[in-house]
Amino acid sequence: MQEVVINILLSAVIIMAASLLIVIGCRKDGMTKKQRIMMIRILISAGILLALQFIPAELFDTIDRYLFPSAGRWIRFACYLMDYLLIGCDILRKAAKGIKNRQVFDESFLMAVATIGAMALAIYENGEYLEAIAVMLFYQIGEWFQVYAVGKSRRNISNLMDIRPDYANIERNGKLVQVDPEEVKIGSQILVQPGEKVPIDGMIVWGSSSLNTSALTGESLPREVEAGDEVISGCISMTGVLKIQTTKEFGESTVSRILDLVENASSRKSKSEDFISKFAKIYTPAVCYCAMALAFFPPIARMLFMGLPANPGVWIYRALTFLVISCPCALVISIPLSFFAGIGGASKEGVLVKGSNYLEILSQTKYVVFDKTGTMTMGVFEVNGIHHSAIEKEKLIEYAALAESASSHPISKSLQQAYGKEIDRTRISDIKEISGNGVVAKVDGMEVAAGNDKLMKRLNIPYQDCHQAGTIIHMAIDGKYAGHIVISDKIKPHAKAAVAKLKKAGIETIIMLTGDGAKVANQVAASLGIDEVYSQLLPADKVEKVEELLQKKPGRAKLAFVGDGINDAPVLSRADIGIAMGAMGSDAAIEAADIVLMDDDPLKIAKAIKISRKCLGIVYQNIVLALAVKFACLALGAVGIANMYLAIFADVGVMILAVLNGIRCLFVKKL
Amino acid sequence: MKQTYKIEVDCANCANLMEDAARKTAGVQSATVNFMTQKMIVEFNDGHEPKEVMKHVLDACKKVEPDCEIFL
Repeated sequence: MQEVVINILLSAVIIMAASLLIVIGCRKDGMTKKQRIMMIRILISAGILLALQFIPAELFDTIDRYLFPSAGRWIRFACYLMDYLLIGCDILRKAAKGIKNRQVFDESFLMAVATIGAMALAIYENGEYLEAIAVMLFYQIGEWFQVYAVGKSRRNISNLMDIRPDYANIERNGKLVQVDPEEVKIGSQILVQPGEKVPIDGMIVWGSSSLNTSALTGESLPREVEAGDEVISGCISMTGVLKIQTTKEFGESTVSRILDLVENASSRKSKSEDFISKFAKIYTPAVCYCAMALAFFPPIARMLFMGLPANPGVWIYRALTFLVISCPCALVISIPLSFFAGIGGASKEGVLVKGSNYLEILSQTKYVVFDKTGTMTMGVFEVNGIHHSAIEKEKLIEYAALAESASSHPISKSLQQAYGKEIDRTRISDIKEISGNGVVAKVDGMEVAAGNDKLMKRLNIPYQDCHQAGTIIHMAIDGKYAGHIVISDKIKPHAKAAVAKLKKAGIETIIMLTGDGAKVANQVAASLGIDEVYSQLLPADKVEKVEELLQKKPGRAKLAFVGDGINDAPVLSRADIGIAMGAMGSDAAIEAADIVLMDDDPLKIAKAIKISRKCLGIVYQNIVLALAVKFACLALGAVGIANMYLAIFADVGVMILAVLNGIRCLFVKKL
Repeated sequence: MKQTYKIEVDCANCANLMEDAARKTAGVQSATVNFMTQKMIVEFNDGHEPKEVMKHVLDACKKVEPDCEIFL
C-alpha cells in the first residue's frame, strides 16, 4: 500500500517539477540559476527513483548467476546510491563542512545522518533504499519551496513598499531628458508630468496639480498644490504639469528616508524574534541528544531489564525520524517574515513603524497619552462663537479684525480669517495697544476697544462672562459693550471617533496633556470622551507627568505618547512608545518618534494599534502552530507512529503554512 | 563606524547563525543580519579597518553557513 502511495507521490513530484521548470523557469525573474539546477536535480532523481521502483530486488539477484555471488545486491545498491548522491550531494558536502568547522548541529548534518542511517539499515537488510532517498528528495523539495516562497514574498513585500521613483525629467537644451534621480543636484529644476511621481522634494516654480499622496499617507483625498507650494517626493501628480525646483538631494528626500526607515525597521528585532532565535539554538542540539538517547537507551533497557529482544533497528529508525523533525526553520523564518509584512502593510497605510520591537510594544499598549495641540485639535485658532452682540455679528467681526489688524498675534490672524476680506487700513487710526489687555483704536471714526476682561475693567465697561471655553475677546464700541467673540482651537473632525475607536481597540485609559487652561482642556476632554486631563503644563511638566504615569501603570501595560513632533521630542522618547503625527516632511518628528503617522488624522492611531495587534496575533499563531506540530511529531515519532515521510511533511508543511500566514500581516487596509 | 553590506543567505536560521558569527569576530562591536532585506549591518570598533574585519567576518560566516555570501 505504501509503495503505491510513494509511487503516486513520485509521479506527482515529476509532473510538478517539470511543469514548474516550464512555467516559472521560462519567466525572466522566475527562478535563480541555483533554483533551476536544484529543480532539474529533483526532476531527474525522482525519475530514476520511480524507474528503480519498478525493478524488483529479485531481478537484480538474477545477475548473480553471470557474475559473482551477491553481485546483484551491490549493483542494486550502486544504482540507488547514485540517485541518492544526485539528490543529496550538496547536503552531504555541507554536513561534512559543518563537522570540519565544528558546527555540527545544523540541518544538513541532521539530514545526512538520518538518510545515511536509513541507507545503512537498507544495506544491512538488502531492503528498502527508497525511504532514504525519498526523504532526501522531499527534504530538498521542501527546501526549494522554502527558498522560493520566502524569496518571492520578500520581493513582493519590498515591491509593494517601493515607492522609489525611477527617474527625474530634466530639461537640457530645450529637450526633456530622463535622468537617474540620484544625479539631480539641489536647486535643479525638474519637470513632473501628469501620472508621474515627484522624484525629489522641492518647491513648485510653476504649474498646479492635485497630488495623490496615498503612497505616503494612505490618504485617498488628493491635495491641491500650486506655484510656491512645497511638494514632497513620492506623491503622484495627477492633473497638471509641475516644474519643481529641488530643495534636497535624492538621498535626503522624503521618499528615500521613508524607504530606509521601513527597510531597516525589521533589523530592530522584537522580543518574540529574540526568543525564537534563542529557542532555535537550544532546540536543535536538544533534539539531537534526545535522538541519541532514543537510539541507545530503549534497546539496552529492553535487553537488560525486560528480557525482550533489543530491536536496535526500530529504535535507530525512530531516532532518525527525530532528527528530521529537529530543523527549526519554520519557526525561525515565519516571525521576521510576519513582522516584515506587518511593517510593510502599515507603511502602505501611512503608518511608519521604525522597528519590529515597536510594533510589538504598540500591541501591548493600554495607555494612550495625547498632547492636545496638533493631535486632537488642529493647532489653528478659529472664531468659534459670537455672543451678546449688540450689532450684526459680521459687523462685530469686521470691527474686531480691523482693530486688531496691526497685531501679529495668532488671534489677530484668526479674526482676519473670519472676516475674510482685505483689510482697508485707511479706515483705522489711533491704534493703541495695551499690553496684556488688548487694543483700542478708531475705526470709521468710532472708538473700538477689543481685548480681555482686564481691558473692559480698565475702561470701566460692564461686560458679560462667557460660558464657552477659549480665548474671549470683549468688544466695546464708543464706550458701550458690544458683545464678545470666542476664539478657540478647532477640534479635528475625526477626534471623537478616534477616541471611541481607541476605546474599542482595548485602550484602557486615554489621557490628555495640554498647556492650555483648565477650562478649555476640560471642555475638549469632555466633548471627546477622554478619561483624564492634565492642563496648564509647560513642556518640561509634560515629561514629568508622563514619568509619573509610567510609574503608576502596571508593568506589562505599555504607555504610548502621541504628539505632533514639534517641541515634544523629549516626551516622545520618554514614553514606552512615541507616536508622532502629521509628520509628512517634518524631519524632527521622524527622528524623535518610534512610530510616525504620515498624515494628521487621529483615526490612524487606532489603526496602527490594530495593525500591531493583528501582526502580533499572527506571530503567536505561527509560534504555537510550529511548536505544536513539531512536538506532536516528536511524540508520535518516539512511540513509532510517525515515520520519516510524516516528519518531512510536518517540517515543510508547517513552514509553508507559517509563511502564508505571515503574509496575511500585509493586508491591513480594512482594519 | 557603521556600515551596511548586501548578503545572500537562504534560510532564516542560517542568518541568525551568521549574525552570531559576525558578533564574535574581533573588531566588530555589533552586527545585525536582516534576513528579509538580505542585509548585514556591522558596527566596527574604533581603530579597526572595516575591510580587514569584514574578511574575517566573511570567513566566520562561511564556517557556519558555507552557502552564504557577503558582498564586500
